[in-house]
Amino acid sequence: MNETKYMNPYLAGLFLGLILLVTIFITGRGLGASGAIKSAVVATVQTVTPSHTTDAKFYKEYSEEHGGSPLKNWLVFEMIGVVIGAFISGLISNRLKFKLEHSPKSTAKIRIAGAIVGGALFGFGAQLGRGCTSGAALSGMAVLSTGGLITMAAIFGGAYAFAYFFRKLWI
Amino acid sequence: MGPLVPDVIGNELNFVVAIFVGIAFGFILEQAGFSTSKKLVGLFYGYDFTVLRVFFTAGLVAMIGVIAFDHWGLLDISLVYINPTFLWSAIVGGLIMGLGFVIGGFCPGTSVCAAAIGKVDAMIFVGGSFLGVLIFGEGYPLFENLYKAAPWGNVRIFETLGMSQSLFAFLLTIVAVGAFWATTIIENKINGKPNPEFNSKPLYYGLTGLALILALSAFALPERRQSLLAEINDSRFVNGYQVDAMDCDELAFNIVDKNKNLQIIDMRSQKDFDAMTLPNSTRFTLENLFEKNAHKLLTIKHKQNVFVADDEATEKKAAVLAKELGYSEIYFLEGGLNQFRKDILNFTMTTAGTNQHEIDTYRFRTKAAQVLPQLIQEYKLKMAASGPQISKPKRVVGGC
Repeated sequence: MNETKYMNPYLAGLFLGLILLVTIFITGRGLGASGAIKSAVVATVQTVTPSHTTDAKFYKEYSEEHGGSPLKNWLVFEMIGVVIGAFISGLISNRLKFKLEHSPKSTAKIRIAGAIVGGALFGFGAQLGRGCTSGAALSGMAVLSTGGLITMAAIFGGAYAFAYFFRKLWI
Repeated sequence: MGPLVPDVIGNELNFVVAIFVGIAFGFILEQAGFSTSKKLVGLFYGYDFTVLRVFFTAGLVAMIGVIAFDHWGLLDISLVYINPTFLWSAIVGGLIMGLGFVIGGFCPGTSVCAAAIGKVDAMIFVGGSFLGVLIFGEGYPLFENLYKAAPWGNVRIFETLGMSQSLFAFLLTIVAVGAFWATTIIENKINGKPNPEFNSKPLYYGLTGLALILALSAFALPERRQSLLAEINDSRFVNGYQVDAMDCDELAFNIVDKNKNLQIIDMRSQKDFDAMTLPNSTRFTLENLFEKNAHKLLTIKHKQNVFVADDEATEKKAAVLAKELGYSEIYFLEGGLNQFRKDILNFTMTTAGTNQHEIDTYRFRTKAAQVLPQLIQEYKLKMAASGPQISKPKRVVGGC
């Protein structure tokens, strides 16, 4: 069976905007993603070396800010939902398939290295910038946060600035 | 009045909400095509601007929605999480994320979405971001100075730029619509053929028109706070407004009688309020009246709400604001607390009264002048023992 076509981007944007608006109305906060990864990291470190989380400042500040188990976090539940929602969407649109996607001009090895390095940079940057494309840029734009909009400009501006140097990876 | 958490929806139920929000979020991301890095990075090489279209449309819809909800009093914006601004970490963090985007081909949300439908590169990206967070956590002392530099607080962009919220929303919408047009032209040029999905001209002219109407609607939704505060500062407007008055004797009688259906809203300064707190009174500022606490108090059924201050003008301003905000059973104290002190608290009989009504009134006032100070003192001790009655709701902690 063929894959179903993607949704019209403006329609998808409208739905996404409404989801974000309803989320803000109900919970008083926007969407997010990297925060869930942070919770997972803190939980892992806590399990592997419990003593480390009480003496390293990053983890101490985290538990002061959040309290309780790091996995009992709104964003962790939200990301569990994302996995379910994306899976359902993939299922009904015939897009469920194990696949390592890379440009025909590039190789699987390069793609794997790029994904690790790119992921690490994004994870690191999202900590420094207090949020990623969802939590800082999109949700920040919805509430017109100065910091969120600066981060948004820096993410997309940075990506355009660096795009030329990594064009071989994609085109 | 939103946010519904934690009053209407408890903190535990909020986790269930999170799962449903996530399902909708993940579903739309996948349907929009955010589950493939080819489509995501297309934005940076000009062959596919889907990300820009979805992202900007979503941002605009949510932004105008938040402005409208705030305008209609459906959402207390002072409780909504506004991402705090730390200038340098926002810029440097953003640039690093941009670099990660063009190397890795995903961002955290889209990588989880793509991993869910089996994209192996996305799963590796998620692992990579796990590593990135760990590096940040372990090296935190090294980055802490940068992380915490230039804290501007929970500022909003129109405040930073010194323009009205409406104007900023309008300009941003215009920029977005311009970007939609321009990127479609670029995309067609780079791909050498028009995108078949966008060949319906009337539809897109229609959509552009709709977006422009939406942009202009921002001006019809001025920040409610500012426009209402300007209105009540106009004394003609306030004086022409019908608000019920309660006289000093009636207020005193209600307090002495310990009438549970009377709520006193005190508009004086904290210092004056602390010096003399009327039983069952709550102190609010004009700003507070826009907030959720005031909403909770003023919408309790079968209560009379009396606004008090030293002078009547201050009381009427607050009472008019409360009525404009849609609250009912609003009264102001005739003559203000100055009159109340003179007629009740410090009442001394000078004449015996010429008719029965005056005689009764004076008798009541003499009694009230004895009882009220005791009640005020008792209330003060009771409050000191139990702490403040109303806890101020805190801004939601959110963020990534």
